[in-house]
Amino acid sequence: MPNQNTNNVVDITSHSTTQDQGIQLRNINLTLNNNVLLKDINTVIPEKGVTMLMGPNGAGKSLLLKCLHGLLTPDTGALIFNAKNKPLAETKQAMVFQRATLLRRSVIQNLSFSAPKTTTQQELLFWLDKIQLTGKQNLPARLLSGGEQQRLSLARALINQPELLFLDEPTASLDPGSTHILESIIKEASDDGVKVIFITHDIGQAKRLSSDVMFLHQGRLLEHSDTQQFFTTTRSAEAKRFLAGEILL
Amino acid sequence: MITEAFSEAFRLISSGDSDLFEILELSIQVGSSSLLISMLLGLPLGTVLAISRFPGKQLAVTTLNSLMGMPPVVVGLLVYLLLSRSGPLGVLGLLYTPTAMVIAQVVLITPIIAALTYQVIDDLHNEYQDLFKSLNIPLPKAISTYLIDARYSLITTVLAGFGRAISEVGAVIIVGGNIDHLTRVMTTTIAFETSKGELSVALALGIILLTLALIINAFVTLLKAFAVRNAYA
Repeated sequence: MPNQNTNNVVDITSHSTTQDQGIQLRNINLTLNNNVLLKDINTVIPEKGVTMLMGPNGAGKSLLLKCLHGLLTPDTGALIFNAKNKPLAETKQAMVFQRATLLRRSVIQNLSFSAPKTTTQQELLFWLDKIQLTGKQNLPARLLSGGEQQRLSLARALINQPELLFLDEPTASLDPGSTHILESIIKEASDDGVKVIFITHDIGQAKRLSSDVMFLHQGRLLEHSDTQQFFTTTRSAEAKRFLAGEILL
Repeated sequence: MITEAFSEAFRLISSGDSDLFEILELSIQVGSSSLLISMLLGLPLGTVLAISRFPGKQLAVTTLNSLMGMPPVVVGLLVYLLLSRSGPLGVLGLLYTPTAMVIAQVVLITPIIAALTYQVIDDLHNEYQDLFKSLNIPLPKAISTYLIDARYSLITTVLAGFGRAISEVGAVIIVGGNIDHLTRVMTTTIAFETSKGELSVALALGIILLTLALIINAFVTLLKAFAVRNAYA
């Protein structure tokens, strides 16, 4: 029987994360213009693997991701990367946004923009090859297709070798081919030890990539469990309705 | 009479009249120097204003926008008071020199460049700010990135400043004095010659001014077309 607190949050019970590991979210609350957007979020995200954030539009997924990444500051609470014994903000992080933000420069200039100073031309070309943009290095980046732009954004995020990678629906408007390339790179990064926290509405993608799923609704974390458990023995009524394709208000 | 004035104007230009080209040279020198200094001041000022948050920012932006419309004669008068023998900088003896004209033009066009830069960078900042925060881009690198990425839009901004500098007469005539072979520039000469009824020199300078404006605008239009084609705009 899962532990259930007064906010109807189902705690993680099925994976081995303890209070001493992973990323600890303690009592996260966020209010903007008198609207409560995130409410009493408490959980521990495993140190490894891909954590999916799921939920209907307006659930607070992007806001929570921005809080984790430091783009927003919660009104209360603490974010601690226990495994590294330091505040989350001090970890090496990167984020890929839903809409690729590319500089008004060439492909290779975008890739090298935030790369470590020691990055060689060879390494840049290696990354271009990895995201299948070889031969396009001198093209203006904003002339690339949507899928190519998102791959470039992902490479720009990973070239800094982050410990934590945040992805805000990076494949939302991509064709299956581009989605497949992006998923392969994300999977490889995760296998190499990068912790990935990923927002998606794609149930198939969540099943393919994730190790655990956090389900949010109306700013509350209703469920956080192993992926298999989330999809087979869904506990919260809202998550069941979401997975059944119903519109949640 | 007008036909004669036009033909005399073209004769002055085609013969390379030394007085005419001396005036042209000084005009370009003063205008370019003012523009360079104003760019060094206005571009970073507009950028920092766009990307910073501080109490009173809206007031600062409103003040800057208001300064864009400063009457040149008022600027000329203020700089005159500053540089006149009894003024705080009178000891430098700069009044009625090209340097005084540069100072007056810098005061005039820096707010124009800063205010237009603010508008361009503010839009870009809305697009880039989360990315820069995410990538931990330090402030100096952020400023230079904004200026580089907005380069094509900023060219128009700079052009607006140059246009104001090269066509302005009120301030430079007060602090420069329109002294022959020393502080006489195109606009002051046009005003002076017209008042004397000597239209040919005024027309010749007017034709050169218009030609310059056309060439610069054509160049900028080509640059902007290139920028749009390559999604750099």
